[in-house]
Amino acid sequence: MSMKKDSPVERIWNGIYTENPVLCLALGMCPTLAVTTSATNALGMGLSTLVVLTLSNLIISILRNIIPDKMRMPGYIVVIASFVTIVEFLLEGFVPALYDSLGIYIPLIVVNCIIMGRAEAYAGKHGPVQSLFDGIGMGLGFTVALVFIGGIRELVGAGTLFGLTVTPGAYVPVNIFVLAPGAFLVLAFLVAVMNKLQIGLGKRTGWDPTESGCGDCAACGKCSVCGGKPEAQKEEA
Amino acid sequence: MSERYQVSASPHVRDSITTQRLMLYVIIALMPATIFGICNFGPYVLVILLATICSAVLSEYVYEKITHKPNTTSDLSAVLTGLLIALNMPPEIAWWIPCIGAVFAIVVIKQLYGGLGQNFMNPALGARCFLLISFSSQMTTYTVGHGFTNIVTNVASTTDALSSATPLAYLKEGIHFNLGAMFLGTTTGVIGETSALALLIGGILLVCLKVIDARIPVCYLGSFAVLVLITAAVRGYSDPAVFMLEELCGGGIMLGAWFMATDYVTSPITKRGRIVYGVLLGFLTWLFRMIGKSSEGVSYAIIFINLLVPMIEHYTRPTAFGIVKEKKKKEADK
Repeated sequence: MSMKKDSPVERIWNGIYTENPVLCLALGMCPTLAVTTSATNALGMGLSTLVVLTLSNLIISILRNIIPDKMRMPGYIVVIASFVTIVEFLLEGFVPALYDSLGIYIPLIVVNCIIMGRAEAYAGKHGPVQSLFDGIGMGLGFTVALVFIGGIRELVGAGTLFGLTVTPGAYVPVNIFVLAPGAFLVLAFLVAVMNKLQIGLGKRTGWDPTESGCGDCAACGKCSVCGGKPEAQKEEA
Repeated sequence: MSERYQVSASPHVRDSITTQRLMLYVIIALMPATIFGICNFGPYVLVILLATICSAVLSEYVYEKITHKPNTTSDLSAVLTGLLIALNMPPEIAWWIPCIGAVFAIVVIKQLYGGLGQNFMNPALGARCFLLISFSSQMTTYTVGHGFTNIVTNVASTTDALSSATPLAYLKEGIHFNLGAMFLGTTTGVIGETSALALLIGGILLVCLKVIDARIPVCYLGSFAVLVLITAAVRGYSDPAVFMLEELCGGGIMLGAWFMATDYVTSPITKRGRIVYGVLLGFLTWLFRMIGKSSEGVSYAIIFINLLVPMIEHYTRPTAFGIVKEKKKKEADK
């Protein structure tokens, strides 16, 4: 993959595959485990987060030079909470069934660590266009992962997919998959598959996903390894 | 002569016993209960047994083939897991349900955590609970064994629902059941649990062969019996002692105490730890059976306490020879 860093395509591919927020970064576990009882719920949750993430990334990126550094967290929260409120009202007004089944997890998008994480690690440091595509990529990655988990759980645990019966009548649903243990089982298996795929990716391209814990210095914030100044260190080197 | 003085790396004391032989002993000890199950519930039980054991061994073989690990099917642990799963099934269950359980036990609970010796809970019981949650209606439909009908009509002619309730369901409401039938095993229940006598023969055989430590089953059954006796007396059931014996003979507690709780991998290695482990199991089973809503709770009790085993081992670690404990040392200094 020789894509230009921070180009729109690279950002989207990064969010969906290279740094999938659920399957690689293990962020946003709470909605991932809780609302993936069916593919429909998972898709609804994924798309709601996608919208909030994209718009909040864009606005935070535009405002990044205006928001004082010490006040950035409250600033981000205000932006994110505004969009979550808009999405919440839209869902309540147009898809009340989905709104009811997602319940408390819609207002909880405010504290979804993917959104906070991207605001802090990416949108606060990059331009609006890059941040917009980063939000789209991460949101799509979240949606894809959730739909996979929700789809598998619904298919095995209830014999349906998006509410439609797709299995033969003789199929006996394995009930545990729509219950809490099923979420952990399916998530663990998908993470294992993703690890397997990415180890293969490293062999082909020479990129080592285990080199840094997160794979992307821009996404890491301030850890003790590089002191939060990867660019500065690189220049020195 | 001089080579006798050379010191090699530990372990220094070796025994001729192998994993394979230990597993074989346990399988032999389970034979009375297995044969009794076949006689009591009919030839279909044999189909369940064979299908479950085959799928357990096959899934171990296939997993190790795919992951390029050494083939361990010959150590008989997969056979034992399959046998225990089958003995935990209702006698007329569709044969493919225990097969799914066997695959889950071997692949998810045992192999994904690193194979024999690394699993954190008993694979057979993990699979039973997996199936119990997944196929709850099929897993709790018990059919009447041969010679059971007469006993029921004699004992509980006043109750309406006779066809599929296990003896524990009667005990749950404080109604006595036929103790002799429960001891011999001509009642309803899962294939291997009905006969307390057959399980006792196997369990005592294992203790005599020093395959299992008697501390675990004795502490488990003992603490459970004492708690049930107290509860029955407090609740004013008639004949609390008989009630206690009926609770001990009913359900999966005999199978669990002698064959499941004593699994080497998931029980403590320290002697004091085994006592603590047994008492905790007894307490939890009592809690599930007597206080909780369900009439049975042995499998959940065992897998729950399995998770506490590392902690039990940590707190019951014996003091090494020559080491003075901190407290005693301070007292001695004074």
